[in-house]
Amino acid sequence: MTFKYYFLIIAAVFSISSCKDSQPHLTQIKGYRIAITDSLKTDFEIDDFITPFREHINDDLNEVLAYAPETYSKDDGQLNSSLGNFMADAVYNRANPIFKSRTGNNIDMVILNHGSIRGVISKGDITKRTAYNVMPFENSLVVVALKKQQLDKLVTYLAKLKKAHPISKLKILIDDNYEVVKVTINNNKILADKIYYVCTNDFLYNGGDDMTFFQPNNGLYVLNYKVRNALIDTFTDQDTINSMVDDRFIQIK
Amino acid sequence: MNRRKFIQQSIATSTLISLGGLGFQSFNSKPNTTHITILHTNDVHSHIDPFGPEDSRNANKGGIARRASLIEFIRQENPNTILLDAGDIFQGTPYFNYYGGELEFKLMSKLKYDLATIGNHDFDNGIDGLYAQLPNADFEFVSANYDFRNTLLDSHVKPYKILNKSGIKIGIFGLGIKLKGLVDPVNFKETQYLDPVEIAQDITRILKQEHKCNIVICLSHLGYAYNNEPNKISDTKLATQTKDIDLIIGGHTHTFLPKPTIHKNIENRDVIINQVGCYGLYLGRIDFYFDTNKTKSTEGISITV
Repeated sequence: MTFKYYFLIIAAVFSISSCKDSQPHLTQIKGYRIAITDSLKTDFEIDDFITPFREHINDDLNEVLAYAPETYSKDDGQLNSSLGNFMADAVYNRANPIFKSRTGNNIDMVILNHGSIRGVISKGDITKRTAYNVMPFENSLVVVALKKQQLDKLVTYLAKLKKAHPISKLKILIDDNYEVVKVTINNNKILADKIYYVCTNDFLYNGGDDMTFFQPNNGLYVLNYKVRNALIDTFTDQDTINSMVDDRFIQIK
Repeated sequence: MNRRKFIQQSIATSTLISLGGLGFQSFNSKPNTTHITILHTNDVHSHIDPFGPEDSRNANKGGIARRASLIEFIRQENPNTILLDAGDIFQGTPYFNYYGGELEFKLMSKLKYDLATIGNHDFDNGIDGLYAQLPNADFEFVSANYDFRNTLLDSHVKPYKILNKSGIKIGIFGLGIKLKGLVDPVNFKETQYLDPVEIAQDITRILKQEHKCNIVICLSHLGYAYNNEPNKISDTKLATQTKDIDLIIGGHTHTFLPKPTIHKNIENRDVIINQVGCYGLYLGRIDFYFDTNKTKSTEGISITV
């Protein structure tokens, strides 16, 4: 109804005004979206082109590596989560022997980010695909040497953000005002003159997620080991995985 | 000078489609009407296969082989069709991890994409990784606010392109999001991020005044809107702070707009923004109808969303 009405006005203007300008004139714009669903035909030429790529990936990804007795997610706890804890601990367990063999030192703690966990570990069989779903990014592990001053910034960052960023070996207790009450690394207080080796990924080391506390630092060790490969290697070595929300980062009420 | 009176209409999309077939038929069949169809995707994130039936959120949706048949159908209907992507082609399924974007670019070439802009995740294998895949792309990239002069991409990415369809000139320029803090500097290397609003003002002047484009489209990966970050540039802010942009095709924020939104530019003229979420779940479609009658002119543009 309204459309016809306006159309008449436009038509009227057409007939009254005349113009020497020979440029095409925009008269109508219409816009909408079209859902891509199974009611649309599949273009088989396109699908056939994808097939060899798909089959190669599926053969590789569908191999069962381990078993999950429960579903683990990054959102099942307030300040730490079963999946975040699993990942941070897996990174510690896989990266520490590498770091130790190269430097003679141990990794003191691990910090990753909540945002880069992109899926869950579902109850049942764990395949390589699980690792890709959880960690699709290509980020690699690095170890950063930090002193107390920078670690304090790291702890304040975590307390202020109130987010379940994955950590391992670091324990933080905050009060109901999100002020830090107690911090330990490996159950010890953080010492002023000691160098701590913090394992993280290259994205965060370079300031991702506003983690600016890695600069300046007292040294960087590039492990050339992808976070996802640390997960795949963990799944390969363990028949059954286990993880839970615990007390590594909690708030006293 | 063409003085425009904008007439807006709000008809439910479903009504539109059925009505469109009938109501616009008369418009279409007029010998002096040129019809341009713009199709677009954004943030497909390597989602080549459809989601499986067990997927909790998007069961049986998406899939490039279905998108291909839909696009082909629309091209049959209107040969003056342009296909665009607003970035984040890469990252999100093992296809990217295993093949580095090779399959994404090859398939987009088969679907005859015309242009794409660069999203933050398209840097995920570094400038080198993106550069290495360019031979697999038969389409081109536009980005006006990334200065690639000191990188491998220098001269491979144009600020804008002008496409000509049946005498209608369509100027398309690209805008990308600020990379610092979002992308590892190791990956974007010497790429300089330039102010999107200033660049848009320059480019639209070139496209509209110098090249006399009939349609100016901004292919943007800035994000639709940031309500919690009022100072951050977004498509909705870009629309209000510039002139001579007819359509912004957006990405980055994975915003599922049920229908395109209409905003007022700095000259109080209408700008359309559309973004179709992510993962190839939807195809956006914007149709432009031109009257090419040499003796008559129109005073009104009817926008129907």
